[in-house]
Amino acid sequence: MTELKALSPAAGLLPLEIGGAALREDEMRQLTLVAPFKGKEAALAKALEAAHGLRWPEAGETSVSGAVRLVWFGRGAALLMGGEASSKLAPYAALTDQSDAWSCLVLEGAGARDVLARLTPLDMRDVAFPMGATARTEVFHMACSITRLAAESWQIMGFRSMAKTLVHDLQVAMEGVAARAS
Amino acid sequence: MRIACPLCGERDSREFSYKGHALALERPSEDAGFGAWDDYLHNRENPAGWTRELWFHDFGCGSWLVAERNTVTHEFGKVELAENVKEAMA
Ligand SMILES: [Zn+2]
Repeated sequence: MTELKALSPAAGLLPLEIGGAALREDEMRQLTLVAPFKGKEAALAKALEAAHGLRWPEAGETSVSGAVRLVWFGRGAALLMGGEASSKLAPYAALTDQSDAWSCLVLEGAGARDVLARLTPLDMRDVAFPMGATARTEVFHMACSITRLAAESWQIMGFRSMAKTLVHDLQVAMEGVAARAS
Repeated sequence: MRIACPLCGERDSREFSYKGHALALERPSEDAGFGAWDDYLHNRENPAGWTRELWFHDFGCGSWLVAERNTVTHEFGKVELAENVKEAMA
């Protein structure tokens, strides 16, 4: 059988470092969308706790257990990142492997927040978007997911098919912020 | 304009798209007759003041919302998940 070589969504485009901000591609992780069936939310939360030690995240929250994260991903859905979903969840939720569907970027550094402010209408202040906060929002006309990983580090997820556009838009904003600062 | 999504909190209106009057949730029965279907599909009030509309948080959580909006001031009032509104109608 032909051996196919796996390429990450932003292969050849990153990393970038411009001014006070750095953009890199996150490691490729297994991604599973977990969408509870109607009326099974409580049972799913129990199964998640038992199988993964994860709490079901409320809107805008991230739940973490070791290397595995469960990120709120919209109405009635969360994205399990960095581990295989237990089959024990299957009776209570639709589980969809989306590992190849998203490009996961990390924007970090002292200038990162100013870069994001050029691209998203989201309130990025500490009080509104603390560590662990997550949101589905717009990044320069694209529907994305933004999660705050650390004080100066944000994960930005966009559709894989738009990875090049996402990197381009972030690069232009990084250049703009750097030009302003100089 | 900012819209308070029940799930996401207050967000810029560019994250939302507009569908039309919330009347769209009140689908008549199949045998309701020509008049009822004509009203449902085509006829709308055009109030200067408060109205109830369907908005879609497409760049956010993906929820359909029922929002009160003042057509004169563009002020938003109560915003609810359409799912809950529909369930309360049943
Ligand atoms: Zn929302």
